[in-house]
Amino acid sequence: MNLKHLAIGVVCSLGSIPVVGLLLQQLAEAAPNDIFFGWDFYIEVVVTGLLQGVMYALVALGFVLIFKASAIFNFAQGAMVLFAALAMVGFIEMGLHWTLAFLLAAVVMIIVAILIERVVLRPMVNQEPIILFMATIGIFFVLDGLGQTIWGSNVKALDIGISQTPWFVLQGEFFPGGLRLIPTEVVAAVVGALTVTLLAVLFQYTKVGRALRAVADDHQAALSVGIPLKFIWAIVWSVAGIVGLVAGVMWGTSLGVQFSLSLIALKALPVLILGGFTSIPGAIVGGLIVGVGEQVGEVFIGPLFGGAIQDWFAYMLAMIFLLFRPQGLFGERIIERV
Amino acid sequence: MAQAAVQVDPQGDALLSVQNIEVIYDHVILVLKGVSLSVPERGVVALLGANGAGKTTTLKAISNLLRAERGEVTKGSIHFGGKRIDRQTPHELVQQGVIQVMEGRHCFEHLTVEENLLTGAYTRRDGHKAVMQDLEMVYRYFPRLKERRGSQAGYTSGGEQQMCAIGRALMSRPRMILLDEPSMGLAPQLVASIFETMKRLNEDEGVTFLLAEQNTTVALKYASYGYILESGRVVMDGAADVLSANEDVKEFYLGLSGSGRKSYRDVKHYKRRKRWLA
Ligand SMILES: Nc1ncnc2c1ncn2[C@@H]1O[C@H](COP(=O)(O)OP(=O)(O)O)[C@@H](O)[C@H]1O
Ligand SMILES: [Mg+2]
Repeated sequence: MNLKHLAIGVVCSLGSIPVVGLLLQQLAEAAPNDIFFGWDFYIEVVVTGLLQGVMYALVALGFVLIFKASAIFNFAQGAMVLFAALAMVGFIEMGLHWTLAFLLAAVVMIIVAILIERVVLRPMVNQEPIILFMATIGIFFVLDGLGQTIWGSNVKALDIGISQTPWFVLQGEFFPGGLRLIPTEVVAAVVGALTVTLLAVLFQYTKVGRALRAVADDHQAALSVGIPLKFIWAIVWSVAGIVGLVAGVMWGTSLGVQFSLSLIALKALPVLILGGFTSIPGAIVGGLIVGVGEQVGEVFIGPLFGGAIQDWFAYMLAMIFLLFRPQGLFGERIIERV
Repeated sequence: MAQAAVQVDPQGDALLSVQNIEVIYDHVILVLKGVSLSVPERGVVALLGANGAGKTTTLKAISNLLRAERGEVTKGSIHFGGKRIDRQTPHELVQQGVIQVMEGRHCFEHLTVEENLLTGAYTRRDGHKAVMQDLEMVYRYFPRLKERRGSQAGYTSGGEQQMCAIGRALMSRPRMILLDEPSMGLAPQLVASIFETMKRLNEDEGVTFLLAEQNTTVALKYASYGYILESGRVVMDGAADVLSANEDVKEFYLGLSGSGRKSYRDVKHYKRRKRWLA
């Protein structure tokens, strides 16, 4: 993973925050009845957006890992998020502590990954990307159906002992009432950041990590030096499954575990278009941009449109990107989009 | 009596022996139509022929990179060190000491040169220390790689990438390297230096080479034996000096002949005639 790119992306994104703020301030002065703007309020919205963004980044990361290593666009990533979260809730309902439930759910995701590699990927090796994509649609429905058959389809609460009452930090001159933070979101962001860091370290400094990057670069050459692709694929799908589990837990604690979790994948799509399908830093920065963009757009520009622009804002952003930079912020090459 | 022994196992002392293999791509495209060859332990053998003759396919049949391209060995057999290998995976083959350096180098572009070399040691189980010793050995043969060890391979020159690809293969401790078109796209000086290194690796480290080359002149200079492929068949084989002296080889592969260079049409004609004859 290219740390220089990540740094540039983060700096640019952070730099654009005050610029957007200034623009919004102008806008608020021009249309004083519709929009309220205050810097402390703005920062609060941005922070909420950043925290959301980390979660988008986590989901997008699962896509990128699989796409890099096997050139498969994994439609089932969202279903993996749901399945993982359902498994964890299932273990908690059996009376286990949530940490143990988390570990067992991780094991379940590893088994799922190995099964997918054996049953779906191995027989289809060397098929056209579109066929593999269709296979992942199949995986989506199987996981979805299986999850609901085993654990039921009602909304389940996932409680990992984080309080829901907001925190107020940095009380002072700038934030008279304090900066309002939702604990689950903060925890999610921290966990997300840790997960990404851990992955980066594993990728960069371990033998398997090196092999993974080699496969991502040139899978024929990887094969020629004796790197077993099947093993690497099983690893990548396991990692994507565990990243999905982390994302599922984080979303699940705030939204409850339900079918709509599997549609989170739809939010990851604009993130991927923004960040580039092959770039881990892209997934992270793209996630942050979409998270912040959505929140800021909803709160400050939304009133002009009568609200609820959150649902399509990310797609609009993605479309603008498709027009001007189809490979995304960090993408290596233009890929076939399905 | 001596004759009988020869008949029982004509290639008994060969490290690699390919017998009459047929290769089909995509279940329908017949590319190799019965290729046989053998490579002695510590030998350097050249596989010659024009573009599309089937050199790469032959090497990939041996290293079994064929399956990943939807190719399949449908007839014949391949033995390495006396053991049949045509059902083994590339991973198993690399472990046993057969590794291919692919045409066009195929370095891992986003990995550094040193990381590229280390991926070559993926199948090894003999510990970090032994791997590091071999890394130093590779750097001794290719000092240029040591200078560029921290650069991303994608940003190095063609010659450096070729060294990197060979070095990467060496890191697997191979008994035999299948080297595909190492001269492709390189300046003559660099080609000579790569081949000199190959010769030293052969003599000093005991690595056996099967070398696919369109550059017949250079290949026959460094190899001791050669096979000429045309349209998926071996049309001629012999000791390197015999092949170099052969009139047909001179005319069609070395570009030397009494009546000057032949035009492309003549070459085509020659191929066609050979195909009918074969
Ligand atoms: N993956 C493939 N699928 C179908 N045909 C192939 C494939 N690879 C090579 N061929 C065909 O096999 C023949 C031999 O190719 P190749 O072994 O690459 O020759 P060479 O290395 O001597 O140039 C060519 O006619 C080529 O078109
Ligand atoms: Mg070739």
